[in-house]
Amino acid sequence: MGKKSDVQLIVDGKRTDGRAPEDVRPISMRLDVVSRANGSAEVSFGKTTAVAAVYGPRTLFPRFMQESDTGIIRTRYNMAPFSVVDRKSPGPDRRSTEISKVVRLALEPSIFLEDFPKATIDVYVEIIQADGSTRVTGINAASLALVAAGAPMKDMVTAVSVGKIDDTLIVDLNGTEDQNSQSDVAVAIMPRTDRITLLQMDGVLTKDEVMTVLSFAKENCHKINEQQKKLLLEKYTGE
Amino acid sequence: MDTKLVLPGDLIGERKGRRFGRGTFVEGENVYSAVLGIPRASEVEISVIPMSGVYLPVMGDRVIGTIKSVEVSGWTVDINSPYTAFLPLAEAVDEYVDTSREDISRFFDVGDVIFCRISKVTKGMNVQASMRDMMSRKLFSGAILNVTPSKIPRIIGKAGSMVQLIKQKTKCDIYTGQNGLVWIRGDDKAKAIETILMIERESHLKGLTEKVEKMLG
Repeated sequence: MGKKSDVQLIVDGKRTDGRAPEDVRPISMRLDVVSRANGSAEVSFGKTTAVAAVYGPRTLFPRFMQESDTGIIRTRYNMAPFSVVDRKSPGPDRRSTEISKVVRLALEPSIFLEDFPKATIDVYVEIIQADGSTRVTGINAASLALVAAGAPMKDMVTAVSVGKIDDTLIVDLNGTEDQNSQSDVAVAIMPRTDRITLLQMDGVLTKDEVMTVLSFAKENCHKINEQQKKLLLEKYTGE
Repeated sequence: MDTKLVLPGDLIGERKGRRFGRGTFVEGENVYSAVLGIPRASEVEISVIPMSGVYLPVMGDRVIGTIKSVEVSGWTVDINSPYTAFLPLAEAVDEYVDTSREDISRFFDVGDVIFCRISKVTKGMNVQASMRDMMSRKLFSGAILNVTPSKIPRIIGKAGSMVQLIKQKTKCDIYTGQNGLVWIRGDDKAKAIETILMIERESHLKGLTEKVEKMLG
């Protein structure tokens, strides 16, 4: 991180998987993958696949966590042991605890939590296959699942990652690029207002580069959001 | 019913002094949808009928509840919602009961199903139920069906036409609670359940009554 990679990851303007720097991997989305949840979705960016399930609003236990004037949202980001090449030891760790928190903070501004005091919305994000950009894939899935669950929201949340390799800005990093990048930025926005709900940066970027990263992110988030919306509407308008 | 749907954050229209109801929010002069649903705009109110979501109690709703526990002077009732309702003794029984001598479980016991009215909802979502009206009663035997709460009006139909039709054709007793529970009792229960689930699935589509008529023969 922070320095140029040893391997050449961009050759003749093409990345390792044949994409142009500003291209997103092929995206596939599916709704209702967890039958017992109030809302659920599966989102894949290339090989990275996240399943999100939303439960609630439901009664919040333990009771001391209840807030009398507002509801809360709890999130759990978890990587399956088989999601990576070297088996990940199961259960929460430092990394997943942090990502659980940033996923929560990314979703929180979009939800009208004050509509259900003392209750909770539980969001579970499982990464079943990881190949870079898992947190933004998770946020996209969680956002779809929240809308499907009928949670009252100001806007949807859409996220994308932007990074820098060999001094070139690239969109939607895959696993190899993620490990060899000079910088890696995860951005989540609410597309209607372009408000940023998540902005995390690893590595080094100049001020100008950061501004370019943001405009790349916004542009791609809008495209992803169109797909999300289309999917949700198709659920009810047939085929 | 047309199939135009809105998503959270979609603009429905200008407010123009109108009320904004369920499933909407206002920014400046514009009214936006807060849920995935069907927008309803009239002269006085803008609202969105959600396609999914849990039941949040509103005063005056008629709901089907299950007694969760018996307290000293009332019952807690599970109303298929994040919040439980409390049914005070005075709102349920007409006669005088000396609570220091008598166990009130002889009126309602844990697991009993009742059809009641939401009489009070505070801002902090303390919910009170009441059985002080003609419709409220204890429901014996029968089956309870769980559907999306926002689809209940469609199952009831205009002035109860749809539910009347199902009752007539299947000769079942049916009670619909606005909390998304439907209680059914009768010999042809299976057919009634099948019909109601079909209505739930296709509630946003046109020509539902004809389809139901055809289905019930």
